[in-house]
Amino acid sequence: MNGSGPDADIVVSSRVRLARNLRDLPFPYLATNSQLEAVLERVRRALGQEALAPYRFTWIPMDELDEIDKRVLVEKHLISPLLAEEARKGAVAISEDERISIMVNEEDHLRIQVLFPGLQLAEAWQLASRIDDALEAALNYAFHERRGYLTACPTNVGTGIRASVMVHLPALVMTQQVGRILTAIHQVGLVVRGLYGEGSEALGNLFQISNQITLGRSEEDILENLHGVVKQVIEHERTARRSLLETNRLKLEDRLSRSFGILSHARIIESKEAIQRLSDVRLGVDLGLFRGVTPATLNELTVMTQPGFLQRWAGQALTPEQRDERRARLIRERLNRAAGGES
Amino acid sequence: MMCQECGQRPATLHFTKIVNGDKTEFHLCERCAREKGELIPGMSNTFSIHNLLSGLMNFDVPTHTGHPAQALRCNVCGLTYTQFSKTGRFGCPACYEAFDAHLEPLFRRLHGATAHTGKVPARAGGVMRLARELERLKAELKQAVAREEFERAAQLRDRIRQLEAQIDHA
Ligand SMILES: [Zn+2]
Ligand SMILES: [Zn+2]
Repeated sequence: MNGSGPDADIVVSSRVRLARNLRDLPFPYLATNSQLEAVLERVRRALGQEALAPYRFTWIPMDELDEIDKRVLVEKHLISPLLAEEARKGAVAISEDERISIMVNEEDHLRIQVLFPGLQLAEAWQLASRIDDALEAALNYAFHERRGYLTACPTNVGTGIRASVMVHLPALVMTQQVGRILTAIHQVGLVVRGLYGEGSEALGNLFQISNQITLGRSEEDILENLHGVVKQVIEHERTARRSLLETNRLKLEDRLSRSFGILSHARIIESKEAIQRLSDVRLGVDLGLFRGVTPATLNELTVMTQPGFLQRWAGQALTPEQRDERRARLIRERLNRAAGGES
Repeated sequence: MMCQECGQRPATLHFTKIVNGDKTEFHLCERCAREKGELIPGMSNTFSIHNLLSGLMNFDVPTHTGHPAQALRCNVCGLTYTQFSKTGRFGCPACYEAFDAHLEPLFRRLHGATAHTGKVPARAGGVMRLARELERLKAELKQAVAREEFERAAQLRDRIRQLEAQIDHA
């Protein structure tokens, strides 16, 4: 994720996921090992088509990865924890640019995922649909005239689409407007997930907004609805940022700069504090406070300071204390390098 | 407060999940939250959705067929309706047909609709058109035979064989 893309000051990423199944086999949780192998075999063959060659997919069976490798893929959002931890005979195909990942034998036989930086829902859907068409040319999908694409879980039936946008809303959180806005979002059939720390503060001020309904509306309708709501949320966040700057610039700059100071000097840092401070620095970058640091650096750090990445970087399993130390070192070095100081 | 999952470590993560306006609070330790895939925002996760679903399905399903829903079973994968309503998951694509008479209220509650209006796959959609055509030809064949129009019946039979082969190879 390079931190670019439309509205990248607020939207971290846009994701579209399509759930698909083969017509003549049980869903993965009920399938026998040989049926799961049949799914792997057929999907793998379908991926060999000429139409898919430009994406240069790498095929990775889950049982060929160790725990740390799997965790890294989870942290990069290329696979789900379910595929990493529970799937028997699961696999993932990942495109060379890592924008597309196709999970096999997760909850459904196929989960086609496309992840773009910034607000690019329509683009993500077009690419996902193209991959879907190419796979469908070689696979018999479970499709029902009235119910649409048949999925293991009734919450995905119909279009099988789950579109989600990850937004960074620090000013709405600071000005305590976020609760009201999120409530309004629920009322239009969307789901918001955030990770809550103490009080009402979401960890890292990151929220994921996604569609809930998959049946009875077209993909375009679903995406338009989500896009429209996200656009409004972006406007509210921008307004809140402006008003914070007008009324409280010194206090705001002080807070963001302190976070930058801690991240660029700390020797030990827990993941929760790191995520929260990185959120402050991200806001500071968006407001032009810290030169040299880019959203790309911050996205990278958000992923790289998670346990899987830290352990891969270290080349070994680490205790939580060792992780806190390595995390602090990694952030310190990156931020100082980006800002042109010494580490 | 202790973690609601393991009950062993203090709960350090407190969050609320709202699905269609229903609020559920979670109090978890970091480890359990990670195991549940909740710690990293943006991750798909399935743990609570199935609990929620079985809550939705455990209401008395009106029977249109005269058979209680509980007696239904998918004859392809063997899943019973009772199992389905407990796990909130279908066993195979054929379950949708097997439980069809009882799915409308569920879909209406989950999606506010019961019929798909989105993308249609080229192949499966093609098969669907062929299947509909096949039904029509078979009905016509019956009539032709009844009217003793044997030449017409022979033509229809050839066309039906062709279509069946096409569907088999799709
Ligand atoms: Zn726990
Ligand atoms: Zn079944």
